Amino acid sequence: MYFYNNAEQLLTLCQEHQTDIAHIALQSECETTGQSSEQIMEKLKHNLAVMEESIQKGLHPHLRSVGGLIGGNAYRLFQYAKQDPLSHPLILYAASYALAVTEVNASMGKIVAAPTAGASGILPGVLFALREARDLSQDQTAHALLVAAAIGKLIATHATLSGAEGGCQAECGSAAAMAAAAAVYIQGGQNEMCLDAAALALKGLLGLVCDPVAGLVEVPCSKRNATCVAHALICADMALAGIESFIPFDEMVDTMGRVGRQLAPALRETAQGGCAITPTALQYTCQLYPDQ
Amino acid sequence: MTVSLFDVIGPIMVGPSSSHTAGAIRLGNMARKVSGEAIQAVKFYLHGSFARTYRGHGTDRALLGGVLGLAPADERIREAFQLARQQNIEYDFFTIDLGNVHPNTAHIMITRKDGSTCEISGSSIGGGKVVITSINKLPVEFSGNYTTTIVIHQDKPGVIAYTTSVFSHHHINIAFLRVFRQLRGQEASMIIETDEMVDHEVIATLQEYPDIKQILLIEPLP
Repeated sequence: MYFYNNAEQLLTLCQEHQTDIAHIALQSECETTGQSSEQIMEKLKHNLAVMEESIQKGLHPHLRSVGGLIGGNAYRLFQYAKQDPLSHPLILYAASYALAVTEVNASMGKIVAAPTAGASGILPGVLFALREARDLSQDQTAHALLVAAAIGKLIATHATLSGAEGGCQAECGSAAAMAAAAAVYIQGGQNEMCLDAAALALKGLLGLVCDPVAGLVEVPCSKRNATCVAHALICADMALAGIESFIPFDEMVDTMGRVGRQLAPALRETAQGGCAITPTALQYTCQLYPDQ
Repeated sequence: MTVSLFDVIGPIMVGPSSSHTAGAIRLGNMARKVSGEAIQAVKFYLHGSFARTYRGHGTDRALLGGVLGLAPADERIREAFQLARQQNIEYDFFTIDLGNVHPNTAHIMITRKDGSTCEISGSSIGGGKVVITSINKLPVEFSGNYTTTIVIHQDKPGVIAYTTSVFSHHHINIAFLRVFRQLRGQEASMIIETDEMVDHEVIATLQEYPDIKQILLIEPLP
């Protein structure tokens, strides 16, 4: 039996089987779906292929979103990263890929929801920047995706992944936690460090509101994906440096869900608070929907 | 509830929103399953958040693309208006207040090439999931994830037992079963969602029962 319902059980299984989170996640998925590990690996690789395609498309300089608010930012940051940037280029490539995926999403292109469409840039951003920097094989990248998915599954079970229910902390916060754990795994960190990185990521984004301008998945979503990439990588580095999360992952998930329920509805994807009701946002909303 | 890893990593879809785009495509797909492919014209009535934000989310193209038979991951969704014109399918969008229903609700009316009409209502409830709430004015409730059999019958003892025994006889497992009626002894309906496909032999056997008036078989959504 490879069933796990929380991080504690997940780590115990890893210990019992002398293995890593990716392996447990894969075996557990085999058990619950009745599919073979080859079939599941195939699906993971297909998801990775779609992610990669969306990054490539999104780096095009002339991409425009349906709402007209974003496009071309991935290209700008990607070009800038090659010059003499302030942050480490790894962070900037990851952030530009996150912008790329979210810009493709906003132009009605094909993406993988990870865990949602609005937060679809963070995980591919981190995974593909690291794949290039560390020269990862397809299998290694798929295993990192399994680690991320295991984290997302625990959050979905005990809290929520939906902005309408839990605010942006549930979407971008969860995606950052998933990406942080995957990054630790790629760097060869211990299983406990993966969970610590995920807990730190949730902590840093706790309470983040979902406030889409004109209700569209454009502003602030796209750029928030980019900043959450940096957040995820810093949390991964902290965990790898041996910094533990004072609050364990399971407790962070519970409290993230609780904060989500405490958030006012105006701050949960209804476009009635936060960025969405700034004068600039309201002016744009009136232009887009003159009849309302 | 068991969460699959692919509920977290996925679905693969065209953006920008699983509820306003992917779910809308699946509502359109369902309308096509009910109407059949010989479509002349389609009218969409959008309620709530769908009505407020459909242009920026591409909900209009998503619904229309769904009616044209495109899947949630098909990038031709973006060109749905053009595709409809190429196929000589007329389309129109209206905003409407449907009252106390889910904020992402659409009502879809289709006129077939032979002049007959059909209509469905449904809501996009998040993550690309949908709930169909009415078919041809009949109140229903199903997800479209399973083969769905809708039986319209007389509200009498024995009809449900007969129906489930036919399914059992054909080794078809019922995942969900709901029964609706307006008045005791009058017209009622059963919504049966099954793990296995339902073939025409099953339908023919059901039709033999005198208190069963009409049967609608709907294949699962992609």
